[in-house]
Amino acid sequence: MNANVVIIGGGISGVAIAYNLAKKGMKDIVVFDDNYMTGGATGRCGAGVRQQWSSKGNCIMAKMSIDFFERAQEELEYHRDVEFKQEGYLIVATTDEEDEQFSKNVALQNEVGIPSKKLTLEEALQIVPHLNKKIVKSATFCPTDGHLNPFLMTDAYYTAAKKLGVQFFYRERVNEIVVKDGVIQKVITDHHEVLTSKVVNAAGGYSYEVGQMAGVDIPVYSENHEILVTEPIEKIQGPMVISFSKNIYCQQVPHGSFIMGRSNPNVEHNHDISSSHEFLDEMAKTAVELLPPLGQLRVIRQWGGSYNVSPDRQPILGDTDQLEGYYLACGFSGHGFMFAPMTGLLLSEIILNQPPTIDMSELHISRFKNSTHNTYEKSVV
Amino acid sequence: MNPNNIIICRCEDVTLQELHDVLEEGYTTFEDVKRILRIGMGPCQGNSCGLLVQREIAKVLKKPLQEVQIHKTRPLITGVKLQSIVEATKNER
Repeated sequence: MNANVVIIGGGISGVAIAYNLAKKGMKDIVVFDDNYMTGGATGRCGAGVRQQWSSKGNCIMAKMSIDFFERAQEELEYHRDVEFKQEGYLIVATTDEEDEQFSKNVALQNEVGIPSKKLTLEEALQIVPHLNKKIVKSATFCPTDGHLNPFLMTDAYYTAAKKLGVQFFYRERVNEIVVKDGVIQKVITDHHEVLTSKVVNAAGGYSYEVGQMAGVDIPVYSENHEILVTEPIEKIQGPMVISFSKNIYCQQVPHGSFIMGRSNPNVEHNHDISSSHEFLDEMAKTAVELLPPLGQLRVIRQWGGSYNVSPDRQPILGDTDQLEGYYLACGFSGHGFMFAPMTGLLLSEIILNQPPTIDMSELHISRFKNSTHNTYEKSVV
Repeated sequence: MNPNNIIICRCEDVTLQELHDVLEEGYTTFEDVKRILRIGMGPCQGNSCGLLVQREIAKVLKKPLQEVQIHKTRPLITGVKLQSIVEATKNER
């Protein structure tokens, strides 16, 4: 089999890249994934999409991605509802430092056109009345942030890309990338040998290993982040509520369930995605402290997923000077789902040698080698 | 009986016809149909529908039942209130 490009990873990033390339007219695009669709990080994510970041790169990626999500249903001509809900993200400050930092974040966000604003406690309570007012000082709110169904959004890209001729092979593992004299020759999987000169690494939690397959060193690691979902109830909460200091994100999805997650500062760097009772204990305490009525909800499931983390918590996108024809879309640090439309667009532009829609130098892998990266995304859970 | 009138996943109100439609689209594993239709994602977590769906997939693919995997089971085994977990962890000290 011959391919103009082989994409490794059929999660949201991989399908978005495949769709954008096919839309621009590229033929013979092949996607491999060793699991079922959304069996990796995409299918385990918290389903939120937000634009309230503290680094400019993330702000721009997020804003332009939301612009796409707003028209995704029509553009991808998808026959199911991707469940896009724009009821905002309410990010609460519980310390004076956060309160101060959030004013700066809002100024930066407004500068790039994101309609976020700073709220007093009273204003925040009007949006989420069941917030614990004893621990919240202030908040920021962006009304166009929201939620999407990760399974169906991925399926929408997949279905559209398939119509444009992209070939997908799920449950098929890539075992080898053959490189000779600095040129990619072929990709060998369980069932295929594909002659190609271009490979895209969109392998999420396994992007480090997929880099090593071609001798490309990527400064990323993976860590387990846990999450839970409750029984569905009638709608009581519009926006996602986040607190960085309390270490929680929590939203009610359109289906009625609450999804909530937190990070574990002591988690090891590996591919573990198991569930722990420690997470359940800590998550329950934090959720009930910040949003007391949620104590009455039954938990029906908990699971883990892989964050592929980069040194500055911003994605690594573009080509690499280590190997011609090898492209990166990894290191999203837990936010690959919400950035996917821009990941797809930018990677397709780089691969087809077109001028990129936004300046991507801040996201190129060379930022780590040259130590020019001075931003560090702090707004993460 | 009309498959439109047969509920195969009671938690998420999914009919047999909807399941057949998705299988016909080419999604042929439990994990795939779960993601498209929410089968097995409700409060029973597949305890009621698991075997029924497995049987339907086996029938459509013409495969022996034991070759059709059901979805991954995870904690919790039964729904527990968040408040109960908070209280239980208090009592541990």
